[in-house]
Amino acid sequence: MRPALTPRRLIALSLVAMLSLGGCATTGTIIKDARGGPGARLDPWETWNRKVFAFNEGLDERILKPVATGYANVVPQFVRRSVDNFFANAADAWSAINNVLQGKAEPAFQDVVRVTTNTVFGFFGVLDIASEFGLDHHYEDFGQTLGRWGFGAGAYVVWPLFGPSTVRDSIALPLDRSASPALMINDGRTQFGITVLQIINARANLLGASKLLDDIALDKYTFIRDAHLQRRRSLVYDGDAPELPDAPGPLPPDAAASAAAGAPPASAPGASAPAASAPGAPASAPAR
Amino acid sequence: MLVNRLIPWLSAVVLSVSCVVAQAQAAKAPDALIKEVSTDVLDAVKADKSIKQGDVNKIIALVDAKVMPHVNFQRMTASAVGRYWRQATPEQQKQLQDEFKILLVRTYSGALAQVQDQTVELKPMRGGAEDKEVVVRTEIRGRGDPVQLDYRLENTGGSWKVYDINVLGVWLVENYRNSFGQEISANGVDGLIKKLAERNKAAGAAKS
Repeated sequence: MRPALTPRRLIALSLVAMLSLGGCATTGTIIKDARGGPGARLDPWETWNRKVFAFNEGLDERILKPVATGYANVVPQFVRRSVDNFFANAADAWSAINNVLQGKAEPAFQDVVRVTTNTVFGFFGVLDIASEFGLDHHYEDFGQTLGRWGFGAGAYVVWPLFGPSTVRDSIALPLDRSASPALMINDGRTQFGITVLQIINARANLLGASKLLDDIALDKYTFIRDAHLQRRRSLVYDGDAPELPDAPGPLPPDAAASAAAGAPPASAPGASAPAASAPGAPASAPAR
Repeated sequence: MLVNRLIPWLSAVVLSVSCVVAQAQAAKAPDALIKEVSTDVLDAVKADKSIKQGDVNKIIALVDAKVMPHVNFQRMTASAVGRYWRQATPEQQKQLQDEFKILLVRTYSGALAQVQDQTVELKPMRGGAEDKEVVVRTEIRGRGDPVQLDYRLENTGGSWKVYDINVLGVWLVENYRNSFGQEISANGVDGLIKKLAERNKAAGAAKS
């Protein structure tokens, strides 16, 4: 695993991201929020994605999950909590910037108060004092900012190591991933250590959820994909996303927009029926 | 025997009590109903040690008693199965409903087993009193970040019934739609029933 991005690489990456933004936006509007039959329209690269997913699962099963389980068993709860707070503090700082970019004044202000309080009085974020005072997190990342600016999620992508994403979130990924405490430190080995700890901490937080997932999913790939897409969409709308086309009710604004933009009629309400029989159905569900 | 004579009497009492309860709830607003039921369930979980330790049968009994009367399970299943629902025979529909119920109750139970000192808070609701379908938004607050938990309810015959649940931005029934469609287009409705039953059996065996 590489150490975190250096500032110069970061600039280069974001330039590439910005350049490709224009190109991806068209794909985005076509696939935006369209819900086909069994995921065909949201997931044009399913065959490839499934391979990467299987690779990630193997890696998780063999390395990440055992390490995270060990970490959760050996390290006392209050230490893990401190570690979690430390990374959450950095995430708050990144959220503050993204709240500003999205023009959300109050959450941005609260995030700034959170970060300064926790950094100054909470030993660089190890203690989450702001939460004790009733200041909640307002997590926002750059992927959500792009969504707020009107970029559709685009197709589903599974990245090696990083896991589920979309075209839009992949553009934001280099920025979102480097918004870590590791960014502040100039020593490569410390950076690497912090990044590893961050990954283990994140995985340890998910131990309960991943067990539940194994129990309730019929096909883990499909379940995670659909949950991920729904959750990201919900986050862009701050937990209050309008209903999707196949639910009864008026046409949601974004579906109306993509219909107006000349998207194929299949993205309009009632898309599920024609799309399921369309070519390009997922490999695991052969048409009959 | 005395017991034999008591049974009809007892069942009459139970029936009339449940009628009173049902009538009381018919008048209730959807958000008040959600608040009451979820507080009720959380309190029951907190009061019972064996539930916290993951006694699945106890949790299922609790869910059956407190939650299920307020759920339109047929609509839930039909909506998850989607356009294939009408192709299924009544018998298949019943089997789908039964297996899906076990699956969802298990999901819900897994979440309930994690309950510690949480409370439910209602978020402001949109829409008027005359709406037939509403979304009630709540937050479970405890240690750590609040958990978003929303409900879609419909008004049928004067009482409100839940037909979808949103956990952290994910509508559960909606989320199963692609998985179900995928299984049905590969192996038919019976294939899906079989798959659900296998899943439930495997999870049941692992726990007991």
